[in-house]
Amino acid sequence: MNHPQPPETSNEPLAPGQRLPESERKEFSPEALVEIQAIMAKFPDKLAATLPALYIAQREFGFVSLSAMKAVARAIGIPEGHVFGVATFYTMYQKAPVGQFHLQVCTNISCALRGAAQLLEKVCEKTGVKPGHGPSPDGLWSVEEVECLAGCGVGPCVQVNQDVYDELVDEKKLIEVMEACKRGEYRPWAK
Amino acid sequence: MAAIRTKHDPQLYTFPGFGSDKYPNLMLRGAGDLDNWPLKVYEQKHEGYVAMKQALKMEPVAVVEEMKTSGIRGRGGAGFPAGLKWSFMPKDTPERKFTRYLVCNGDEGEPGTFKDRAILEYNPHQLIEGMIIGGWAMQCAMGYIYIRGEFLWLIEKLEAAIQQARDAGYLGKNILGTGWDYDLLVYRGAGAYICGEETALLNSLEGRRGEPRVKPPFPAAKGAFGQPTTVNNVETLAAVPPILRMGGAEYSKLGTPKNTGTRIFGVSGHVKRPGLFELPLGTPMDFVVNELAGGSSTGRKIKAIIPGGASAPMFDEKDFDCPLDFDTVKARGSMAGSGGLIVMDEDTCMVQATLRLIKFYAHESCGQCTPCREGCNWMEMILYRIEHGEGRMADLDLLTSLTPRIALRTLCPLGDAACGPMDSALQKFRHEFEHHITHKTCYATGSRLLSTVGAH
Repeated sequence: MNHPQPPETSNEPLAPGQRLPESERKEFSPEALVEIQAIMAKFPDKLAATLPALYIAQREFGFVSLSAMKAVARAIGIPEGHVFGVATFYTMYQKAPVGQFHLQVCTNISCALRGAAQLLEKVCEKTGVKPGHGPSPDGLWSVEEVECLAGCGVGPCVQVNQDVYDELVDEKKLIEVMEACKRGEYRPWAK
Repeated sequence: MAAIRTKHDPQLYTFPGFGSDKYPNLMLRGAGDLDNWPLKVYEQKHEGYVAMKQALKMEPVAVVEEMKTSGIRGRGGAGFPAGLKWSFMPKDTPERKFTRYLVCNGDEGEPGTFKDRAILEYNPHQLIEGMIIGGWAMQCAMGYIYIRGEFLWLIEKLEAAIQQARDAGYLGKNILGTGWDYDLLVYRGAGAYICGEETALLNSLEGRRGEPRVKPPFPAAKGAFGQPTTVNNVETLAAVPPILRMGGAEYSKLGTPKNTGTRIFGVSGHVKRPGLFELPLGTPMDFVVNELAGGSSTGRKIKAIIPGGASAPMFDEKDFDCPLDFDTVKARGSMAGSGGLIVMDEDTCMVQATLRLIKFYAHESCGQCTPCREGCNWMEMILYRIEHGEGRMADLDLLTSLTPRIALRTLCPLGDAACGPMDSALQKFRHEFEHHITHKTCYATGSRLLSTVGAH
């Protein structure tokens, strides 16, 4: 059967997944594999371990790279395509490297009414990074515009990495948060 | 356990008179007190697990009947009677035994809604107790609590609370000698608004993309992992212990006859005291916004209020007196939804506000149904064009003609949700859109709602 040949000179990626940046790490640690096995055992169907396993991959690999997705597929014993579909569907799996402190600013309506748009601009100015443009040169910061963080009453909200919330953020508070990050009061990304 | 909040919570949870007979405190007991969450406090101060012990002595059917008597309607958005939903679950027959599941929907993602977070943070045991009672009433084998991924700090707390309940013998094998085995499992979402839709949530729980399923089969027939499942909102389940403690009949006296009980309203936007207020259903909106939330924070008149989370069509001032219950809000052309009130003052540019909302729906559409996937994106592009001064008058007719082609033509209500704010803004604030097109600038003079650097 004759397959159409891609033009030789093209540097275009053949599949969307090939555009994703690669991670250095290719395999899970043995402890992570044990953790994933334990999660699989909790559910009636091992497929349910996909989302938790991707979080573990994000922790171990630093971000969800193609290798991380493949490792998840191998660990659970499910098709790679399924893992790719899930990982790219959900926004909390970072498909590219992020900084040590990933600042997520909610700009949805309730926060926007209280100045979230200006806050996001301030965050970009202070960190020197734009949303979706990877970490700052020192590897410290990355910025993401996110949808509602359910902190509407105390907006605008900034979430640092996956566990710390900061509410009622104005310029002064933002500087405080960034200082706290630098002092090591907040857990760095994937640690 | 790094993520449990230790610093002060700036959120407002109370108002003068809260906790009295007129405004009973059923859902927000101890909210704001960081040491309120452990089992010990819940049992000593908040009549914790009294209702569960009472329920486990009752026949499961009797518990469902009590829920039906209470008249409580689902607090997630649709307002479907919760007791009726529970009664849809198939019962075991001599020929067929079922494995039933109870799923708690904690994917709080509706912009303007922040009530479940307060329950999870301060009263996780009330939710756990509600899930045990629900599990007993429907004789479930397992309860899953699906929490949005951003709430990692609440998940760690909830898991600690579940362990406390397990240690006390309220979860696990042979609970309190009834011979019934039941446990809870927390599942963390990963950032998708659509997973708040119950069948999308079930897909996500199974480890798939959060795409809504074709209904029927409804979850009560084929839900999580192919088994009969009931999906209830966090607030609905947390209301179960108070209902059983006071009795369904007594609970139904709160609120209005067809909209019983209390619910947590979240007020955000341009108000002096944004916060969570637990009120009987049917409380007038202007009372909530002006008396409890202190009215406009900017000193300017309030122009529009979204009465039930971002998906609800906006109200302008002629409807500000609307009683907040499911039926009246619906009759006035909006929906009570998730109880999140978003208040906008006179200087808010409605084109920007609508664009910000539509941007959200375009971003969060799962992409399964063409009307929603394409329609929301086109609405966003047209609004973007108007906002940037490149709009044409014909764009307004184009937008008006788009919404009926999206609403009610999709598998889930996300498409309809996007049309609510779009239609209502065009209908009530059309002059602002026209001003944008003719003058290429905002009609209102308030600060920008859209950042210049935004990109998803």
